[in-house]
Amino acid sequence: MAIDPIHQFQIIDLFPVAKIGNVEIAFTNSAAFMMLAVVGLTAFLVVATAGRGLVPSRLQSAAEISYEFVAATVRSTAGAEGMKFFPFVFTLFMFVLTLNMIGLIPYAFTVTSHIIITVALAITVFLIVLIYGLWRHGLHFFNLFVPKGVPIYILPLIVAIEILSFLSRPVSHSVRLFANMLAGHITLKVFASFIIMMGGGLGAIGWLGGILPLAMIVALTALETLVAFLQAYVFAILTCIYLNDAIHPGH
Amino acid sequence: MADGPRGTGDRNEPPDDEAALSARLKRLGNRLAQTNRPSENGSGPRQTADVSGFARGFRLSTELVAGVLVGAMIGWLLDRWLGISPWGLIVFLLLGFAAGVLNVMRAAGVVRDRQLNDD
Repeated sequence: MAIDPIHQFQIIDLFPVAKIGNVEIAFTNSAAFMMLAVVGLTAFLVVATAGRGLVPSRLQSAAEISYEFVAATVRSTAGAEGMKFFPFVFTLFMFVLTLNMIGLIPYAFTVTSHIIITVALAITVFLIVLIYGLWRHGLHFFNLFVPKGVPIYILPLIVAIEILSFLSRPVSHSVRLFANMLAGHITLKVFASFIIMMGGGLGAIGWLGGILPLAMIVALTALETLVAFLQAYVFAILTCIYLNDAIHPGH
Repeated sequence: MADGPRGTGDRNEPPDDEAALSARLKRLGNRLAQTNRPSENGSGPRQTADVSGFARGFRLSTELVAGVLVGAMIGWLLDRWLGISPWGLIVFLLLGFAAGVLNVMRAAGVVRDRQLNDD
């Protein structure tokens, strides 16, 4: 009996979509879950805001709470001007949150546990910061790398370090989300496999002892739900912090 | 008047409903304005972002590793392109480590992010 905790991350081609050169582009399970998240989110927001009641229904208050939550995050991190980017941050947050939450359902696929997805999101943020900063402030944007009050003879060193620090942002931004989701899901699967192994190896006593890892899984699932929310929030708030640099580089 | 607001209730005034109501409304407006004013680019959320110790530790370690990785990557590429091995790797690994430490200090709030640039 092969118990493989990595198996859950396998990408499966569902059906081919197009062929560019020699590269077959297929509709994968990853794409399917992303579609599911986008369609589900859109449906949720459209249905929730359709009533536009002064006294909100339950669904409507859920939508309003998510709006208020993200809006408060953007305002407090990137300032009032940052609200320009509210649609972007809201989309990112809700997308990541939904994918994380869907991933917690047994048999579901966790899209955010693939680094290619998180890197794509992080690089999008990085490019937006870079392009908006340059478009808005021109070359003044590079003041971001030149701290004031530094003696001229160590300035080149400091600027080099600041640039490297800036370049390392998409790395830490993407790795954090990806690694948290990956580690959490592997842990869950490993504990689940303990139950099977004990039951298969020790018979009735094993199944009885399997209660312990089962209790652990219940606790871990609760923790993973927290992590799923927290990582989506951290992703959004880091996006805001980076956007803040694009809006006010070094004041 | 019976449910007068805490603190600055005008107890000595006769219970003129209109005046009391407008005074209370004004006070409420002031307080709302005070609490609702969004802090401009405050670094407050940085504390709320790190809710659990695990998340905080994880954040700091990725910051350090990211700096070193990017430094190593750039150094290695420069070595390959310019044929200056091993100097690119040596210099950029050191710079990357410094950048990683800077990232960690910023993330931990030891160095306020933009305070260096503020004057």
